[in-house]
Amino acid sequence: MGAQLRVYKRRIRSVTATKKITKAMEMIAASRVVKAQRQVAASTPYASELTRAVTAVATGSNTQHPLTTEAEKPTRAALLLITSDRGLAGGYSSNVIKAAEQLTERLRAEGKEVDAYIVGRKGVSYYSFRERTFVESWTGFTDSPTYADAKTVAAPLIEAVQKDTAEGGVDELHIVYTEFLSMMTQTALDNRLLPLSLDEAKAEGESKGEILPLFDFEPSAEDVLDALLPRYVESRIYNALLQAAASKHAATRRAMKSATDNAEELIKSLSRLANAARQADITQEISEIVGGSAALADATAGSD
Amino acid sequence: MAELHVELVAADRQVWSGKASLVVARTSSGDIGVMPGHQPLLGVLQSGPVTIRTTGESGDGTVVAAVHGGFISFADNKLSLLAEIAELSDEIDVQRAERALERAKSDADAAAERRADVRLRAVTGVH
Repeated sequence: MGAQLRVYKRRIRSVTATKKITKAMEMIAASRVVKAQRQVAASTPYASELTRAVTAVATGSNTQHPLTTEAEKPTRAALLLITSDRGLAGGYSSNVIKAAEQLTERLRAEGKEVDAYIVGRKGVSYYSFRERTFVESWTGFTDSPTYADAKTVAAPLIEAVQKDTAEGGVDELHIVYTEFLSMMTQTALDNRLLPLSLDEAKAEGESKGEILPLFDFEPSAEDVLDALLPRYVESRIYNALLQAAASKHAATRRAMKSATDNAEELIKSLSRLANAARQADITQEISEIVGGSAALADATAGSD
Repeated sequence: MAELHVELVAADRQVWSGKASLVVARTSSGDIGVMPGHQPLLGVLQSGPVTIRTTGESGDGTVVAAVHGGFISFADNKLSLLAEIAELSDEIDVQRAERALERAKSDADAAAERRADVRLRAVTGVH
């Protein structure tokens, strides 16, 4: 076997092995997307009932609450960035980080300080590589977040919102994550969670043609709102974590699918080259034999 | 007989839904019983067992669930019980709950003790 041919054969073998790995990763990601989507669907009843309850309190009472009133001069905002722990997902993490950067710039332009809270190792390494400060970070659960994870993330954020701005509290809470629209489309977006704009919630309720009844609050409207809003924030963060997980798996699936396709393409062109090299070897051998025999024949003819 | 629609949802799943004639739950100011046609209500729940007397298509019977914190809201004959954690009595592993109770007692962990206690009470029906 010619040296050229051997080199091609070796490269084909290595690309085939890579292809097998990416194919397996693609299939794992595909099954995880389905699981993550199911989790999103399972958490929907709780989230929608909670939203309904918040809307009910908002429309049914004139309660003023620190989580619903806008500060007159907001000076500090918290930003929760949800990325993933692992890469191999195409532009997934860089897209959501880019969205966070844009939001940070916008908030700074409005004269607010930005406190960053990060979920996922990718975001943490982005910030620490650039030596930027962040308040808190969490890693290790981005692939399949549970409600308990959402609670641990939400706790310091809620605390920061409830604190006075002068004592290090924040006036606003923004969340940046990747929304799962479909298997093919996921978009990074930012969302202002707090202060809750009650007008929006009101408009939502009214657009559905629902007239909310006058509720009797137990024990009182303030206490209900006090208990309701932290749960609302937790459930929104939980939803964002789940959507981010589903998006991450979908992005991985797509990235791995194109890697598999590329490997296939590479194997095809390499085997073409290998075939040509083999053919060239054969041709050369034939011409050597023919040449050799012709030389021999000439030699015998000359000696006679 | 009049009936109301009940949805018992936990943060990550729907636990139970069906028709009922009476729902008894513990709010922060005491036990409250909701029957069909109750005034619209929104209350904060304390951890405790919730008793649902089923009727109509759900069959006559009683469903008991251990609910750890959350809200009760009733409007238009629709009652929703929102809880971070909710378990039906027949989902609860009694031995595990008993073990958890023992452990919580020895660790003096009041919150865990209360959770285990609520679970056990939901199973045994002693409120």
